[in-house]
Formats: sequence, C-alpha cells, structure tokens
Amino acid sequence: MDVPYTTKPRPDTGLYNAKLGIWLFLASEVMLFGALFSSYILLRVNALEGTWPHGLLNIPIGTFNTFVLISSSVTVVMAWASLKLGQFNRFKMYMGITILCALAFMVIKSIEYKDKFTHYEVWFNDPAKPSIRGHIEVPGIEGNPWFMTHKKLADKKIESIKIHPDPKPKLASAKQEHGGAEAHDGHEHGDHPPVQEIKTSEIKRLSAFVPAHSTYFAIYFTLTALHALHVMGGAAVMFYLWGPGAKMWKTDPERFTNRIEVSGLFWHFVDLVWIFLFPVLYLL
Amino acid sequence: MQHTTQTAPHETSHEHHHEDLGFWRTYVFSTDHKIIGIQYAVTSLAFLFFGFCLMLAMRWQIAYPGQEIPVVGKMLEAILGDTAKGGIMSPDLYNVFGAMHGTIMVFLAVVPLAFAGFGNYVVPLQIGAIDMAFPRINMASYWSFFLGCVIMFFSFFIPGGAAQGGWTSYSPLATTIPTDGQTYWLIGMVLLITSSLLGSVNFIATIIQLRAPGMTWMRMPFFVWAQFVTAFLLLLAFPPLEAAGIMQLMDKVFHTSFFLPTGLMVGGQVADISGGGSPLLWQHLFWFLAHPEVYVLILPAIGIVGEIVANNTRKSIWGYRSLVYSVLAIGFIAFIVWAHHMYLTGMGTKISAFFQTTTMIISIPSVIILTCLFISLWGGSIRFNTPMLFALAFLPMFGLGGLTGLPLGFSFADLHLHDTYYVIAHFHYIVAPGTIFALFAGVYYWYPKATGRKMNEFWGKVHFWVSFIAMNLIFQPMFAQGMAGMHRRMYDGGATYAGVLDPESGEVVGLNSFIISLNKGITHAAFLMAVAQLPFIINFFYSMFKGEKVDDNPWKATTLEWQTPTPPPHGNFTKEIVVYRGPYDYSLPGAKDDYTPQTEPNHK
Ligand code: HEM
Ligand SMILES: [Cu+2]
Repeated sequence: MDVPYTTKPRPDTGLYNAKLGIWLFLASEVMLFGALFSSYILLRVNALEGTWPHGLLNIPIGTFNTFVLISSSVTVVMAWASLKLGQFNRFKMYMGITILCALAFMVIKSIEYKDKFTHYEVWFNDPAKPSIRGHIEVPGIEGNPWFMTHKKLADKKIESIKIHPDPKPKLASAKQEHGGAEAHDGHEHGDHPPVQEIKTSEIKRLSAFVPAHSTYFAIYFTLTALHALHVMGGAAVMFYLWGPGAKMWKTDPERFTNRIEVSGLFWHFVDLVWIFLFPVLYLL
Repeated sequence: MQHTTQTAPHETSHEHHHEDLGFWRTYVFSTDHKIIGIQYAVTSLAFLFFGFCLMLAMRWQIAYPGQEIPVVGKMLEAILGDTAKGGIMSPDLYNVFGAMHGTIMVFLAVVPLAFAGFGNYVVPLQIGAIDMAFPRINMASYWSFFLGCVIMFFSFFIPGGAAQGGWTSYSPLATTIPTDGQTYWLIGMVLLITSSLLGSVNFIATIIQLRAPGMTWMRMPFFVWAQFVTAFLLLLAFPPLEAAGIMQLMDKVFHTSFFLPTGLMVGGQVADISGGGSPLLWQHLFWFLAHPEVYVLILPAIGIVGEIVANNTRKSIWGYRSLVYSVLAIGFIAFIVWAHHMYLTGMGTKISAFFQTTTMIISIPSVIILTCLFISLWGGSIRFNTPMLFALAFLPMFGLGGLTGLPLGFSFADLHLHDTYYVIAHFHYIVAPGTIFALFAGVYYWYPKATGRKMNEFWGKVHFWVSFIAMNLIFQPMFAQGMAGMHRRMYDGGATYAGVLDPESGEVVGLNSFIISLNKGITHAAFLMAVAQLPFIINFFYSMFKGEKVDDNPWKATTLEWQTPTPPPHGNFTKEIVVYRGPYDYSLPGAKDDYTPQTEPNHK
C-alpha cells in the first residue's frame, strides 16, 4: 500500500508530494526568518544614539564564506542535473563538493565565532570615559580568556586586568559612530595603542562579543546560529543521500532524483537566507 | 453502480490485510493517520481534563481566598511543597496554575484535539485518501507534540514550579521571574510548534494531492475546508512565535536583552543587562500568532458543526459556497488584526484605527458563517441526538462569544474592558461552550466510526444538559464582574478591592459585595461542570466494550468516511472511491433514501 504521487506528479497540480511539502515548509521558514529580520529592524531603529556597534565583523572572511555557499548552490544543481542525465558518478562528485562547501562554511563560521568569544568591551563606571574594545589578560588565566564577564571577575575577587586595545583604523572611518569603526585583528594596519591596566572597581560592565554584549550581537548570534543549524541539517541530509541513501538510485532512480531536487530546494533557501544575512549583519 | 474507467491511484484492499506490524508499530509508533488521530485525541482529552482541574483549584482560591483547598489540598502540599503549604494556594502557585491552565488548554488540549485529533482521523477519510501524504512525518509530528507535553507537565515539579508569566508570557515579566519554569515553557513550546508545523505541511499536502478522483474543491466537505484554512494559519503564524520563543530563550539562558529595555529595574535595582530591547516586540510577535490561533481554535469546531448540522437536519447546509469563501476570507484577514490585543500599549491612534477597522471587517465573514448555519436549520426535520444537541448549543454560544467581542475590538471600549473578567467571559464563550461543545459533538458523532459502537444516548444527553447549564452559570456572571472592573489575574478574586470607598464622597468605588459574591456561585457551577463530565468519561470507556453495535453508516450520512468498513482498516477503503457529487446530498427528490452518498453516480 503506497501513498499516491510520491514520485510521479499529480496531473492537475503538476507536483509530486514531497515537492509541494518542501515548498510549504519553506513558506514557514520564510515566516520564521522574516520575523527575525523584522525584529532586527525594530531593534535597530529603536536603538539609542551610538549604541549600535559597527564594523566588528570580519568582512573579507564573510565575503569568502558567501562565495563558498553560493558555489555550493551551483554544485547542488549540477548534482541534480547529472542525475537527470543519468550520470551517477558526476552526481557523486558534485554532491561531494556541495557537502565539502557546507563543511568549509561551518569551519570558517566557527573560527569567526571563536574570535568573538575572546574579544572584549569594557564600560566604565565613570560615564565620561568611553568604553574600550580589545583583548584582555586576566591574572590566573592563561592565554585569551573565553566568556569573561565583570560578574566572574567580581566572584573571583580579581583586582585588575590588562587590556590590549584594538588598533585604531588607519583611515579614519567616515562613520562618526560612538567608539568609531575598528578594523578587526587579522588585518591590523593601524598602530597598536599601549596596553592598559584597569582596576575591577572601575569597571561597570565587561563582556566578550557574545549575545549578552548588546542587542546587535544578540541578533547576530541568534540569526547566524539558526542559519548554521539549517546548514548542518541540510548537510546531514545531503550526506545521507550521497552515502547510504544513494542505494536508491539502483532501485528507484526517479524517486532518488526527486529527493535530490527537494534537498536542493532546501539548500537554495539556506543560501538565500545567508545572502540576506551577510549585508544586513556585516555591511550595514 | 456504474463501472468507471478511471483508475484510483491506490491499490485495492486485499493487499493491505497481509501486513502484520506487531503491537508497537500498530498502536504506538504507528504511521496510520487513524491511530495517530486517536493518539492525539486521547492525549489532548487527558490534558483538557488536567487543565480544567488546575482551574478548579484556582476557582476555589478565588471564591474562598486563603482557605485550604478541599480534597486535594493536602495532596498538593505533599507533591509541590511550600507553594501549597497547609493545602492553601500561594500566590506563586496561583500564577503557575493560571499560566499553565491557559497554555495547556490552548496548545495541549483544544488545538491538538480539534486540528490534529479530528483532522487526522477524519480528513483523509473524507477526501478518499488511503493515508496522509507523509505518514512518517505524521508520526514525528505526534511524538514531537508528546515530548512537548511531557516537558510542560514535568515543569510543574521543578523547583519554583512551572511558568508563571501567563499564557501570553509577556516580557520583561516572564524573563525576570527568577525560576526556570519559563525556560521549560519555551522549550516545550518549540517542540509543540515543530509538531504543528509538521502537521500543517502534511494536511495541506494531503488535501491538495490525495483527493480521490472526482473530489473537486467544491465537493469537499466543509470540515475539510475548515481544516485546510486552519493548516495555513498554523503554517504561517506559528513561526513568528517560534522566533519570539527563541529570542526569549536567549534572554533567559544567554542573558540577552531582546525584550528587555534599557534601564530596566528588577527588585529595586537596575538590571545587569545590556538593555536596548523592546517589550513591545514580544507582544507583536506573540499576537501575530495568538490572534490567528483563536481561529485555529474555532474553525475546526465550525467545520464539525457544519457536518453534524447537515447530517441531522437531513438537508444540505445552506450556502455551502458562502461558508467556504467566508472561511477563506477569515484565513486571510486573520493575519492583519493582531494588534487589537495591544490598544493599551500606546502604539498610537493611527495604528489602533487600522487594527480597529480590520477587526470589524473580519467579523463579517464570521457572521456569515453563523447565519448560514442557523438558516440551515430552517425547515429541516431535525434529529435531536447527542451530537446534534451539542452542535445546536454551539451556535448561540459562539454567537454570544462573538458579539461580546465587538466592544473589545473598539479601542475606546477596550480601555475599560481590557484585562478584566469581561475578556475571560468573552473568549471562554468562544472556546468553552463554543469549541469544546463542538468537540464533544464530534466525539459523539465519529465515535461509532472509530469503535464500531455508539456512545449511550441517555448519558450523552445528561452530559449535555448539565454541562450546558453549568457553562452558562460559570461564564455569564463574569461579564458583570468584568464590567464592574474586576481584573482577570487576581489571586484573591478581588477581595483586596472589595468595598473600597472614595475618600471624598464616601461611596463604594471598589468591587461591591454583590460582584464579589458572584465568585462563589461561579465556583460552585464549576464544580457542577466537573460532575457533569463524569457521565461522559464513563460513557466514553464503557461504550468501547459495551456500547450498542452499529453498522458502517449509523447516522445515514453522505460523506466518504462512512463508505468504509467500521473501524476502517489500514488503507481505509475496500473499494475504489470515485466521487460524483457534493458532500450534502440529503433528501434529494426522487432518490431512494433520504441521503445519497458522494460515491453514488448520477442516474440519468
Ligand atoms: C469550563 C472550563 C473552564 C473554566 C472554568 C475556565 C476558567 C478560567 C478563568 C477563571 C480564568 C482566569 C484566571 C486568572 O487568570 O485569574 C481563565 C483563564 C484562561 N483560560 Fe480558561 N477556563 C475553562 C476552559 C478553558 C478553555 C477550554 C480554554 C482554551 C481553549 C481556556 C483558556 C484560557 C486562557 C488562555 C486563559 C488566560 C490565562 C492567562 O491569563 O494567561 N480555558 N480560565
Ligand atoms: Cu485577536
């Protein structure tokens, strides 16, 4: 007993079930990300003067990752087209590249994440003193501490920390935002300001560039993590279809081709989301 | 029957019977839509009862503040500890029960019963399909729902208890309550939303793809239309709440400030957060779901009533097309009325005016639906069996709920009525004597199909009449209380404000003693309501084994679900299904019976 139209399209709708299913699912995904993008707009419009950080993400890396993801969108179509032409080996290759691209994207993204977890901003009790961004040294902790906060400093009764402020950008940014736009480490062109020692008692707030840092990082991490979950989900499905699931090519090639088409549709959506995410979070 | 050359897309029955899947895969991890429907129905009926019990305990506290809860007080103390010290309900426990009553009733009881329970069982049968389009996704949907239920239920027993922020979970309140209840609530909700997402994709795909030959759109039973639109509401309105849930979870777990404004004070101190968030954002995202959600609560119920009214008046429902177009119109407009829940947030008069207008517009299709159903009764030879009694009661009750909603839709009237017992009375008229009565009607109506036996008519009628009286005794006085200004979330039922005098004139400006005394009457009626459910519960289980045996079509109905063996086997139909006519061909002139099934060809 089989459900009809699992493989062949129903004549009056022109769709097989899974294709309709994935379009419906994507419609709901549009609403999910749409709500998050709307939230982004609302939070940003409501942000007080000068509290929305700029230029804290690494644009070259982000651009490269965009490129990686777009390439995978092309290869996934090639994989499907290869099956349509009956060339199973080429399908294997193109699908393999797609999955590798997905992995590369995740690796790059996690390097970016790690960078943020060890990069700090310190606000002072004295409202006249502007906040400082940079890397910190905490006595008793080797290397770059992760996820340090002023609460943890107080709990550990640490009296003072050292901060290596981020270099000033060489070209004064046209944007006159509070705190100024800073170049990211990895392409440091400006001068290194001297290391400063800060007393814990002067600190009002200390936070790494984690979600709790600001609503900007909150929405950045929420959106990119949700997107990353989609990347991983899509990659897992494609990996299954590339590996053990590919057996179906022998028994039911048409159905298998449909599966690739459906996973490809999902993959395009994941890319599309990133194409919106990149300018919104990195450039604007 | 004339033979047809059209081949049904599915194979015929004799092949199905050889499958033997064993107990677990037949009854527990089943992919059969009928079993899944029954799983949903049973789980949600259990939660309906549980949610009602929470309310009973709260009603006791409202009527007799600070007194030990009878019968279960000591037990609550033993299970929950200090929050029920001495068997008395503490304010925290009241908040827990209140928030969870709302949550459970909406998300764990009524929607899963109406949409997923009845929908799963009935929709594929009514369109002549052998199953849902994605049987395994269907199973995943139920188990995701079940896991969500488990988490919600389990959260009662964690330190501090379940969520306390109301079913609306407004931030900052919900985020800053220092217990973990809200975190569990959010995780539970994400699972429930996942479940409803999988379910709605499945329903839409099934209805579009798996209709039997000849089952054109305008031959679909009205119930299928109602489910179709409901599925779209769930598909598109729930994701924004999921987004909001994720953000609130971030606020709770990773201390972000999505919904927490700059300078927020908690416990007299400036909160240690980045700030910059927006409490209004939560409300917008929440109501973007929660308004369509009320149509999710009501549309399947209207669908059920449509089926039962046609069947028991023995004539076609009046204005089938108007009903269909009205339901579609509701489906669209439901997405642009949400902020009528937010008139008091200061979003501005222009925005209020917009939402006021759309709210008035959406009431038009609702009135059309109700009018069509009322006119359908005209001139029918009505059979007053139990399902019909519940369906008939639905009509005026839903009408009352709808009409009392109009004042809430006007921002000036809402200023006075917002967050009072008037609101509680209004929406309960829609969901309790409205939807729940329709659901009872559905249970009595389709029970014979699922079990092969009828539920007892006499006890069904007892159940109906006592419930009907009790419901009205519960909710009618709440209108008066609300108009007198009684707030909807007061732990002591308003006792604090009883008889408060105006210092200048010396007149009573607080709640007068009559309004307060209504609390007792309502609570007694709620206990009567509880007693009235006993015949139903006993009848439900007893009839499974001892009920009157019936044939495949005991109600002499026209739609396809009655063209199957009873109960329908795996794969549903034993013959090829081809549809030749609309869903409600009752009492056709010249026909041999007073009903002509949809599979009956036209004789020229
Ligand atoms: C006959 C059974 C029921 C009774 C006696 C009852 C009674 C009440 C009362 C008195 C309240 C206000 C409690 C407070 O906040 O202080 C309330 C709240 C609520 N009820 Fe019911 N109810 C019943 C059934 C239902 C059903 C069937 C639904 C939904 C489908 C429902 C949904 C709600 C919701 C959403 C709230 C608001 C909770 C909140 O404020 O967060 N109730 N109910
Ligand atoms: Cu509404």
